Amino acid sequence: MTLPVHMLVMPILVPLLAGAIMLMYDERRRQLKLSIGLVSCVLQLGVAIALIDRAGGSAVEGRNIVTLYLLGDWPSPYGIVLVLDRLSAVMLLLTALVALPALLYAGAGWHRNGQHFSPLFQFLLMGVNGAFLTGDLFNLFVFFEVMLAASYGLLLHGTGRVRVGAGLHYIAVNLLAAMLFLLGVSLIYGTTGTLNMADLATRIPRLTDAQRPMVHAAAALLAGAFLIKAAMWPLCFWLPNAYGAASPPVAAVFSLLTKVGVYVVIRLGLLLFGAQAGASAGFGSNVLAAGGMATMVFGAIGVLQAQDLGRMTGNLVLVSSGTLLTVLGLALIYDDAPMLTAALYYMIASTLALAALFLLAEPIGRKEGGIAGLLAITAEAFGLDAEDDLDEERAEQNRPIPGATALLGLAFLACVLVVAGLPPLAGFLGKFGMLSGAIERVTVLPNLWGHWAFVVLLIVTGFCALVALSRWGIQSLWANTDEPPLPVLEILPILLLVGTVALLTIEAEPALRYLDRTADALTRNQVYIGGVMTAPPVGPDPS
Amino acid sequence: MELTLSLGIGVLVASGVWLALRPRTFQVIVGLALLSYGVNLFIFAMGRLVTGAAPIMPKGGFVNPERYADPVPQALVLTAIVISFATTALFMVVIMASRGLTGTDHVDGKERSS
Repeated sequence: MTLPVHMLVMPILVPLLAGAIMLMYDERRRQLKLSIGLVSCVLQLGVAIALIDRAGGSAVEGRNIVTLYLLGDWPSPYGIVLVLDRLSAVMLLLTALVALPALLYAGAGWHRNGQHFSPLFQFLLMGVNGAFLTGDLFNLFVFFEVMLAASYGLLLHGTGRVRVGAGLHYIAVNLLAAMLFLLGVSLIYGTTGTLNMADLATRIPRLTDAQRPMVHAAAALLAGAFLIKAAMWPLCFWLPNAYGAASPPVAAVFSLLTKVGVYVVIRLGLLLFGAQAGASAGFGSNVLAAGGMATMVFGAIGVLQAQDLGRMTGNLVLVSSGTLLTVLGLALIYDDAPMLTAALYYMIASTLALAALFLLAEPIGRKEGGIAGLLAITAEAFGLDAEDDLDEERAEQNRPIPGATALLGLAFLACVLVVAGLPPLAGFLGKFGMLSGAIERVTVLPNLWGHWAFVVLLIVTGFCALVALSRWGIQSLWANTDEPPLPVLEILPILLLVGTVALLTIEAEPALRYLDRTADALTRNQVYIGGVMTAPPVGPDPS
Repeated sequence: MELTLSLGIGVLVASGVWLALRPRTFQVIVGLALLSYGVNLFIFAMGRLVTGAAPIMPKGGFVNPERYADPVPQALVLTAIVISFATTALFMVVIMASRGLTGTDHVDGKERSS
């Protein structure tokens, strides 16, 4: 299938333009802004699906096609490039799949609770998409900062003492992470003379003995920055507070932000320090594996201890990142492509389920008149009640539907099954794949304590999640007789997310095949390097 | 020159880290500002220190790169300055909001009870 060349830059341009257009309008035109945002999210979803096709070639061939977009039309390792390969395409699709329901949910009322929700949301998406597409380290920094600046605004959305307190810590931690990032990037440039990831990967095996420790130090600094974002223990203490304090639609998209950190660690780890890296092969893999397992333990304890669903889900985010980082660490040492495939599948399923849990937390826990009261207070605080016909509009949109508890309960059950890794949903397939990969490895080499520990931890953390979530579910869904008011606009996004997980389960075979090729390309970094280093510039248009 | 610069970066970063770990929001923001100065100088130094050399090269013909300063770190540091300035300003606003909401300038929003 041939697509226009400029398709590749669309995931960045669409949210940028949508956000910019929204800024032209007054804060009172919320409905209009919401519509622009939804159109932008649907467009991004369409582009992401097209790009998935593009990165994989046709389903029959199943190739790895690395597509470049030369932003200034300078030749590849020198100019700024956007790179699309299978992993980027999968991450773009995941972003679009989470963003659309989150924005729909916000449309049920949360977007009214403060200023500039919709533009910030679009700028956040721009940063996330850009971070997935960029091919050089400095632009990765820039897109990270775009994403973070928008996330600061979104975390504070709705204000209140708890959010401002959590936001203060979140911003301070992320500013420090940005400094580490800059130090790492400049040290890499000063030592190797390049910032292009593929070019850097070709230079790493050929480093001199004097340069190698410098590059390792730079990689460790960079890893510090990314692991703060991915929330590896002991850099994760900010996460449960921040995610628990954020408003539900914001927390749902925030479940993507940790995956941006994980994505960068997967991308750079396997590209720079994979098996082909010569003397640097496997650098940092022990730290990733051990840190990932510590994160799983910390997250599991946090889940058991948490009282409300928001905080519980925040800790489940930790478990999810910990699992992925452990698998990456093990894959870096032993080249475990099958485990990596299952981990990527688990990442998609768990991110969708966690986003759904964040969204579920509010309607289930809502006491009588909860959100209406909240909305009234914030509307008063912002002096907004006079100008638009809020009440009428909201009554129209937020008509409660019958059988709310049953629907919410079923959606909650589906999320629990995915997060705990029980059959029949996608979480089980992912966990089963990781377990079977690890066990296959230890049947050949029985002394790998890392794999044994991972197998045990994966089962135990799933069990902890199951215990904690069942306890919460019994308390809130069974012991709670009054039906919570549930507008259609709130249940629809939750059902969308759960439906996507179900689709992922039904279509497990093509999905896993796609991810298998992805993991395969990741463990052979010449695929990516070859794609980036050989592209000639397009040149001026002859016409 | 190298020694002066590296000492300068070291002092800035050390005082920045110390201040960022202090309990008052004002100290934290000054610490983060000092840290970003240190980091910006570090990025600049990664282009190697040369004096009296322009970073912009003439067009066409053979250019001896040894007679020019490396332009990439200068571009990087410019971007980094803009971004860190903007995020520090944003942090300042959040700090003021926190001061207004909690009535204290402690980073946890409450004084230690002891």
